[in-house]
Amino acid sequence: MKHAEIAVIGGGPAGLMAALAAAEMGAKVTLVDRNSRLGGQLVKQTHKFFGSEKEYASIRGIDIGRILATEVHKNPNIETMLNSTVVAYYPDDGVLGIEVEEKKWVKMKAERIVVATGASEKYLLFENNDLPGIYGAGAVQTLMNEHGVVPGKNVLMVGAGNIGLIVSYQLMQAGVNVKAIIDAAPSIGGYWVHASKVARLGVPILTSYTVKAAYPNEMTGALERAVIWRVDDRWQPVPGTEKVFNVDVMCIAVGLSPLAELLWQAGCKMMYVPELGGHVPVRNDNMETTVSGIYVAGDVAGVEEASSAMMEGRLAGLSAAKSLGYDDGTYEEKKAEALKELENLRSGPVGGKIRKGLAQLAS
Amino acid sequence: MLATNGIPTAEELAPRIPPAERLKKGPVAIIECFQKIPCNPCSTACKTGAIEKFEDINDLPSVDLEKCTGCGLCISKCPGLAIFVVDETYSEMEAAVSLPFEFLPLPAEGEEVDVLDRSGKTVGRGKVIRVRNGKYEDRTPVVTVAVPKELSMVVRNIRVGGDRR
Ligand SMILES: Cc1cc2nc3c(=O)[nH]c(=O)nc-3n(C[C@H](O)[C@H](O)[C@H](O)COP(=O)(O)OP(=O)(O)OC[C@H]3O[C@@H](n4cnc5c(N)ncnc54)[C@H](O)[C@@H]3O)c2cc1C
Ligand code: SF4
Ligand code: SF4
Repeated sequence: MKHAEIAVIGGGPAGLMAALAAAEMGAKVTLVDRNSRLGGQLVKQTHKFFGSEKEYASIRGIDIGRILATEVHKNPNIETMLNSTVVAYYPDDGVLGIEVEEKKWVKMKAERIVVATGASEKYLLFENNDLPGIYGAGAVQTLMNEHGVVPGKNVLMVGAGNIGLIVSYQLMQAGVNVKAIIDAAPSIGGYWVHASKVARLGVPILTSYTVKAAYPNEMTGALERAVIWRVDDRWQPVPGTEKVFNVDVMCIAVGLSPLAELLWQAGCKMMYVPELGGHVPVRNDNMETTVSGIYVAGDVAGVEEASSAMMEGRLAGLSAAKSLGYDDGTYEEKKAEALKELENLRSGPVGGKIRKGLAQLAS
Repeated sequence: MLATNGIPTAEELAPRIPPAERLKKGPVAIIECFQKIPCNPCSTACKTGAIEKFEDINDLPSVDLEKCTGCGLCISKCPGLAIFVVDETYSEMEAAVSLPFEFLPLPAEGEEVDVLDRSGKTVGRGKVIRVRNGKYEDRTPVVTVAVPKELSMVVRNIRVGGDRR
């Protein structure tokens, strides 16, 4: 059996910052990620990020991932396990079951655990939603930005949140024609600057529209046509408002939900908070869940942004280390700084939804 | 309307357009960022202090029209690609518009390109005067294009090599 002082599960922005913060306090960290490289969602983000200098604003996501991963790799207090998926947590003895490179089975006993597993994509129900050519936004990004393969020629993007807008922009950069971006909500959910960026490219954004059906090519069986229709203010589709798009790709970007299996297995108290993307763990301001010694950070704790994921990660890492007795006297100050930064990030109107969700979680 | 299609209306834009007297004096930044979001690199990028420091990271940027020299150093630092510099003194008939352009191929200096409005519609032709694409721009090249003066507040994008759609 392997032993770790602090196991961090997930090497996205939250997990990377958690590992670095705990190591900075002097704790020994084992960082586990199922991918072959660190960075989580960041490795697919070719655009420059928002936030402030503390969260590497104005640097591309992919470069932020690289900067943090480099720091992790050269930190002597951090050991990384890549291609390693944590598939089980045994609450009785607090042991993690890890599948390494799909062949080895490793058991690890950790004194503290930070779960930073991120989120998974939501799907959408409509007729023929399983045709070849219909992808989640994450899959499209992986194809394009990790493997350099374009998904097709003409795309209908479903979802005008930040992900739908950004992936549309990236598709256009790759020379793929985005015919339209639709969203069932009456207004654009993503940042207006992202919306203006794609509007300037001539991509129409249609709010109050949803997918009616998708139709295959008779020969190939792959997507050939998508039909959308308008929804009224009670979200009911309006017959007669159909529009047809001849597209070979439909990209679904309708939101994310926390990837919380391990937290359920551990018996952490969970709460359904739609503003945070679904079921999220109840935790205190150290990011510790109701199960002592298990901390959370990032999208798994509530779907938000990389900037806030980093600050939550830092908090979780600092606190986990502190609880093991690692504190050179700087803990309170560092914790207060991270809390303040989180509060700043969430203080504006676009943070309203998150604030509401967090208030519900704390009640 | 910004909230429904990402295209600002004339009313939404109006507060961002500098007065004619200022435009007559030379290049100036126009920041088309209309929503309070947690973001501030524009204010840290500006070295003349023309973009006031934010008290709250969610503040909207505002340009001090007297301090702004139109240097354009803020353009590539804005992750929203929302900053443009307009110089209405470029020539008698033409204005120079500097804009962020993250597409390939990049235009060559001297090349004629289609110029597009905020909805991506082609509104005329313009001549590329300058392409800045160094380490500072970090792969967000800044293209300066000369356009008929009456289009200075209309042109916000270019298309190189014709419509590929
Ligand atoms: C298209 C797009 C654009 C975005 N743009 C921005 C932006 O401009 N600014 C911004 O701030 N945010 C942006 N975000 C959001 C940001 O990417 C996420 O909020 C952030 O990555 C969340 O970080 P995380 O560490 O919680 O999760 P992730 O980045 O998802 O990382 C989770 C990691 O955990 C690993 N993992 C999961 N389960 C296991 C397991 N069981 N065992 C081992 N490893 C596991 C995964 O492999 C992954 O590496 C964007 C997101 C997308 C999709
Ligand atoms: S153009 Fe130059 S002076 Fe004007 S706001 Fe931008 S960086 Fe500041
Ligand atoms: S950097 Fe750009 S998007 Fe961010 S606040 Fe400034 S103008 Fe707005």
